[in-house]
Amino acid sequence: MTSAHIVIDRVNHLYRPALPQRGREHDANAPLLQVDNVSLEYRTPERVVRATHRVRFDVHAADRSVLLGPSGCGKSTLLYLMGGFLPIETGRILIDDKPAGPPGPDRGIVFQHFALFPWKTVRGNVLYGLERQGIARDEREQRAQSFIDMVGLSGFEDSYPSQLSGGMTQRAAIARTLAIDHGILLMDEPFGALDAQTRHLMQSELRNIWQRTRKTVVFVTHDVQEAVFLADRIAVMSARPGRIKTIVDNPVDRNDPNVFKTKAFVDKVDEVWDLVREEAVKAQGARVPRGS
Amino acid sequence: MTDATAPAPSPAGAVTGALIRGLTRYAPLIILAVLWEVVARLGLVSGSSLPALSSVAAAWVDLLRSGDLLANTWASLYRGGAGLALALVIGTALGVFMAWARPVNALIGPIVELFYPMPKSALIPVTVIWLGFGDGSKILLIFLGCMLPVTIGAFNGARSADRTLVWSARSLGAGRLRMLRDVVLPSALPELLGGIRTALALTFILLVSSELIVARAGLGYLIGYLGADGNYESMFAVVLTVAFLGFAADRLYQMFAARVLRWQQ
Repeated sequence: MTSAHIVIDRVNHLYRPALPQRGREHDANAPLLQVDNVSLEYRTPERVVRATHRVRFDVHAADRSVLLGPSGCGKSTLLYLMGGFLPIETGRILIDDKPAGPPGPDRGIVFQHFALFPWKTVRGNVLYGLERQGIARDEREQRAQSFIDMVGLSGFEDSYPSQLSGGMTQRAAIARTLAIDHGILLMDEPFGALDAQTRHLMQSELRNIWQRTRKTVVFVTHDVQEAVFLADRIAVMSARPGRIKTIVDNPVDRNDPNVFKTKAFVDKVDEVWDLVREEAVKAQGARVPRGS
Repeated sequence: MTDATAPAPSPAGAVTGALIRGLTRYAPLIILAVLWEVVARLGLVSGSSLPALSSVAAAWVDLLRSGDLLANTWASLYRGGAGLALALVIGTALGVFMAWARPVNALIGPIVELFYPMPKSALIPVTVIWLGFGDGSKILLIFLGCMLPVTIGAFNGARSADRTLVWSARSLGAGRLRMLRDVVLPSALPELLGGIRTALALTFILLVSSELIVARAGLGYLIGYLGADGNYESMFAVVLTVAFLGFAADRLYQMFAARVLRWQQ
């Protein structure tokens, strides 16, 4: 972890110093990203599924928000809508008070299943976005190397994703996304496919990276502990059709290395878990129909 | 070099090792060749049905010396290469665009489905009527025959492109066309390369059959000409040459494909 800190210090200057001001240029109190009354339905051959229903949700610059909800509650769908990957049918999503456009470098994303380009090496993957930004060759090589070092993949630059473990693959994906100075970072259950130990390590590392880079983050998960560990704000979603049920502020001090054992942390997990449990039960019920 | 801890073998030793492995692998072919020779020498079959392998080899050397073999091989390879190259470029573009844009698929999909199962050798007289007896008709035939497996490979491969890869490229700043080149095309590669292997085999089939029927040059023409002339040793020599060329092309292609797909495990 210490070596990661040192490297992160080296990476810090690569971000424009004014980063957190991006969303504050117009008005210090206006949210950077606004989800306004967004509903989405999709049609299967048998029926119409309401994925999300009239979701309202604001993200301020440098906020670390978690969307928490049971499987199938539409939280990933909501994230894809924020990313501009799915068309918005009802409602609006605004970034800096302007309708969010097609996907682009203003919003970076990390997916659960990594989504590294399998035909590119770790370096090739990290370089890809930098190439698209038209950054000069020397600078992008240097920048790519800094982020590869930051996520602890030095020595694996020339490996293909198929040659890496799950945790390493996800680190590479995080490096690829962070290397672009995205205004907003969207993370779709990025540790959901990792084993428990790797997940735990990655959560700590991600928190370090966030703290150093002061990113605005929206993180999707169904893991209550992960949510309490990572987020400043936890938006608890209802079972499908997904709505924001409650927004829980999370003032718990998570810099303590033994944070998972502190009373404040455990109490917060209990509080959030009570909110989610009901929805998780509903989600189960919806999928296993019983006789009325 | 099977054991990493063993001392490095001398270059001569490595060559001998490779030779032994090659001989073991192709031992069945050697046995077949010996059987062929024995059966022919003992007169178990008539000389015109199956001339002895040794006399076929002698005829092959004569054909090579006279220059007939090289000239006709060149004519065939030119036609096959040109037809296949056209099929690769156009077939790949067509398949990727079909996968990319629904209207293109709606327009071209039914045509592909209709023509795919059709035996392309039926087009031999048609291409001759259109383009005559020369290279043009063979190139067109091979192009038409090889394009569809390539198109279908590219189409299926491109459709299998993972949407999160496409989205990643977009959010990293790739435009729609750029994404097509950088994500959809490489995603299509494994299936596309399979389609191209089929096309490569079809090239030889269509090449030789069209040259056998109407041509004034080429390996197929040479087989037909020598056979009609009763020169069976030479005819067999050319048949074996075609078999070898097909085999070598396929092996080279597989090596190439393995190199291109080295990122898969």
